[in-house]
Amino acid sequence: MDWWTGVVTEFERCFIREDRYKLLLSGIGVTIKVSLVAVLLGVIIGFFIAVCNLSKKKPLKFFGGVYTDVIRGTPAVTQLMIIYFVVFATIKWSKWLITAIAFGINSGAYVSEIIRAGILSIDKGQTEAGRSLGLNARQTMTRIVLPQAIKNIFPALCNEFIVLIKETAIVGYVGLVDIQKAGDFIKSATYSAFMPLIATAIIYYVLIKILNLGLKKIEAALRKSEAR
Amino acid sequence: MIKINDLHKNFGNLTVLNGITEHIEQGEVVVIIGPSGSGKSTFLRCLNLLEEVTSGNIYVDDEEITDPKVDINRIRQKMGMVFQQFNLFPHLKIIDNITLAPVLLKKMTKEDAEKRALELLDRVGLRDKADSYPASLSGGQKQRVAIARALAMDPEVMLFDEPTSALDPEMVGEVLDVMKDLAAGGMTMVIVTHEMGFAREVGTRLLFIDQGIVMESGDPKEVFENPKNERTKAFLSKVL
Repeated sequence: MDWWTGVVTEFERCFIREDRYKLLLSGIGVTIKVSLVAVLLGVIIGFFIAVCNLSKKKPLKFFGGVYTDVIRGTPAVTQLMIIYFVVFATIKWSKWLITAIAFGINSGAYVSEIIRAGILSIDKGQTEAGRSLGLNARQTMTRIVLPQAIKNIFPALCNEFIVLIKETAIVGYVGLVDIQKAGDFIKSATYSAFMPLIATAIIYYVLIKILNLGLKKIEAALRKSEAR
Repeated sequence: MIKINDLHKNFGNLTVLNGITEHIEQGEVVVIIGPSGSGKSTFLRCLNLLEEVTSGNIYVDDEEITDPKVDINRIRQKMGMVFQQFNLFPHLKIIDNITLAPVLLKKMTKEDAEKRALELLDRVGLRDKADSYPASLSGGQKQRVAIARALAMDPEVMLFDEPTSALDPEMVGEVLDVMKDLAAGGMTMVIVTHEMGFAREVGTRLLFIDQGIVMESGDPKEVFENPKNERTKAFLSKVL
């Protein structure tokens, strides 16, 4: 049992001593807070950009195109640092909120493409049927196209949520202590890499597993409403 | 009721409609035949501006609908359309497919619209399907629902774009019967079709369209028996 005793001692040294587990717990809180706000913001921005991209109006189309192009063409870390150290340099909002905004802006570009593809996946005949009845473009979109598109959008959107949560592991670059940074601190303090990093990985894995199970349930409910 | 004046339609460099002038009177059942790619469906789709016209004018009840300032949504409420692919809304029950537009466009209250929808479903013989979803219906049933959906807006004219072309042969009859009923009730109809027997029997006027123009127009029986235009003759000899 020497090996086992070693593991327990190491665990105690890394997480229990000096209440270091509290660092991880608050890191989990930060990751969840940032991810949630970023997802919400990403969906709102993404929807708006998708509408721009699908619009027939030239300036809107141009704006949407540039937005997706620039965001998808630059690394998330760079965007985060620009938004934190340049855009919000003089604005004293809380750190996590600025970070969440940065990730929302980033995610919006990807979400917009997901929503655009979902809308385009609906047969043109559906729009024509709506318009031929006298519905205007907005009514046709909200009552006929979007309710059908959501079933195609949702699975891809779930994937984007998961990617986003993992992406937030870079917030340490602007000094925010999330799960990753907490694990990193513990590593530095204990001179032990194995325990803190494996713990970090397990925490991310469990968080995403829980989220995944929840999203699967919602997706199943969406599919059910399609029944005959 | 519908006046079409020198209608042209191009898709890029391709000329699809090359100057059509027609006058459709109230109560007419105009059947349009012609080879595929002749422009007959495009012509029909121009009548409610599902296709943007390149040049020419269309008047509905003396109102120019090709005027960019006109509220096309209001005009379209007067013109029901039935599509080859039915285009029912798969996420809505049959009854909601029919009541969506009248309720949303504030033509009727929800209760009145549902009452009317059931009457219309009765008329097309599908009252028992009111609470089903489109996916559980056969092609012929879907098309009958699509007709009921268009009728729910109380249109002045019904446009049919090859309504039976996507159906299995044994379902064509049930849809044509509904259309015959409509015609007998005095509905103004414009029908693009490949059903020559139906065209001959129900049509009050026939247009033969080829190469984007009306090659021949007249009483369907007369045109079928004694076509004057060479292209009409050639076409009819192939399909009859």
